[in-house]
Amino acid sequence: MKKNYSNPVGVSKYTGLLLTSPFIIGFLVFILCPFIMSFLLGLTDYDYSGSPDFIGFGNFREMFSNSEFRNSALVTLKYAAILVPLKLIVSLFTALLLSLEIKGIGFFRTAFYVPSILGANLSVVIMWQYLFTGGGLVNQLLELIGFSPVSWYGEPSNAMAIIVLLRLWEFGSTMIIFLNALKEIPTELYDAAKVDGCGKIGSFFAITLPMLKKTIFINLILQIIAAVQEFNAPYMLTKGGPLKSTYTMGMYIYDEMFVYNNVGYANAVSWVMFAALAVIIAAMYAVSGKAGRSVR
Amino acid sequence: MKKLPVYIFMAAVSLVMLYPLVWLIGASFKSNEEIFTSVGFIPKSFDFAPYLNGWRTATPYTMGHYFINTFKIIIPKTVFAVLSSVLVAYGFARFDFPFKRLLFALLMGGMLLPQIVTIMPTYLMWSFIDSDLLNTYIPLTLPSLFACEGMFVFMLTQFFRDIPKEFDEAAKIDGCGTLRTLFFVLVPCIRPAVISIAVFTFLWTMNDFLNPMIFVQQVKDYPLSLALRLSSDSTGQGYEQNKIIAMSVIGLIPSIAVFALAQKSFVGGITAGGLIE
Repeated sequence: MKKNYSNPVGVSKYTGLLLTSPFIIGFLVFILCPFIMSFLLGLTDYDYSGSPDFIGFGNFREMFSNSEFRNSALVTLKYAAILVPLKLIVSLFTALLLSLEIKGIGFFRTAFYVPSILGANLSVVIMWQYLFTGGGLVNQLLELIGFSPVSWYGEPSNAMAIIVLLRLWEFGSTMIIFLNALKEIPTELYDAAKVDGCGKIGSFFAITLPMLKKTIFINLILQIIAAVQEFNAPYMLTKGGPLKSTYTMGMYIYDEMFVYNNVGYANAVSWVMFAALAVIIAAMYAVSGKAGRSVR
Repeated sequence: MKKLPVYIFMAAVSLVMLYPLVWLIGASFKSNEEIFTSVGFIPKSFDFAPYLNGWRTATPYTMGHYFINTFKIIIPKTVFAVLSSVLVAYGFARFDFPFKRLLFALLMGGMLLPQIVTIMPTYLMWSFIDSDLLNTYIPLTLPSLFACEGMFVFMLTQFFRDIPKEFDEAAKIDGCGTLRTLFFVLVPCIRPAVISIAVFTFLWTMNDFLNPMIFVQQVKDYPLSLALRLSSDSTGQGYEQNKIIAMSVIGLIPSIAVFALAQKSFVGGITAGGLIE
């Protein structure tokens, strides 16, 4: 069967291929090839010297009996489970406030957004270090209002909090996505809800939330991907400590790869991380699809 | 007046968002003792010595050298990313071709792939081709020529689709070929989106830390991020903190300047798709 390509007259079906060829080449060379290589290396024992020894699924077996692997998986899960919902709620809440018609909206939007463009800029990480260090600004402020200073880096749960707070401080980009989606909701819907006697909170649950479902989903996926890969913040702020309480999968893989030169093992772990992420996202798609159908 | 609580809340949030940055600038002029004893941001006296001393760094190179290194990476990367993303998005948005749906699905799927999975094999690939390449910025910049950032292509594709097809047809009647239509008719229509891509590439490269750590071998080739880490590592507690802080402030300037310059098109440009971090 011959397929017809709906291009303008005189345009060959190869024009599109030619235009997208940078991506095709890039995908093969910089995504697919390393991706397969990573899996193959995961089946070997290799330390950058000599040639890789094939050991089958040995790395995968070792991984699941390795306490450090289990610890880093748990740390990553815990980190994502705390950060992602918090960030989504804060972003949505501030986006709702910004969508109110008030003066000075431009200033507030910029103020909320600026931290997120700085991301994990080293300067920001250094700043965070100073804010939470022993006699840093945060402890000084705590003392000022009558609390005793907190050992931010010494306690496992506090160290996790520093990293979560840094990423939470950078909620602006997520907020902007919500803000744009909020603008797309037709105002007629709210007017209709008002006529039906719906209050502000009622119309939030009846209109805003359902209309934002797709955006919430996109933000959720983007944030999960980012959280699972977290590397910069713990690497720079806590070095994974104390007691490996902030030792994320990203750090674990990095260390195995470039510090201990366990190339094969590290690639196996990175593949497990990818597979876990893929399963989570696929499951979310399936669930959200079902939820969407049941609503209809 | 009903909105007063909203204002108070927003002002409080703004303070939390911005005060750390303001405090950082103030702290860069303070003495060690003052940094750890005063919560205000205005220093007792303005001492520019931390800037001068910090600029010299503990390495044989000045901060200026690391700035130049950073721009040697950022400028090609930005140009490459914009060019390749525009071409590829144009192909997806305006033409029909074999395997189009599959390719677009791969583009989206690629975004889910954690970088840590591909980074080491990529490193091996470069060293296999020619280990001298690891002493250049090619491993950092060249991939951008191949539209590897799925988000950019996705976003531009959405923008291209919003331009009426009549624009292309009119250009064709006026004798424009495929590429001239793209660059002289379509790209000017979506300038905010194109600028956003440039800005994002700039910001991400500025913030990137993992890639330079792996692909840059020698201190003389370090970009700003690695140089800053060096300065914060090599000076232990109790040592001129203000110097480190001063250099952090300087390290923020490029990102904030670019954001301020492009803010208008930038905030409009991120409307589609949600392009972030």
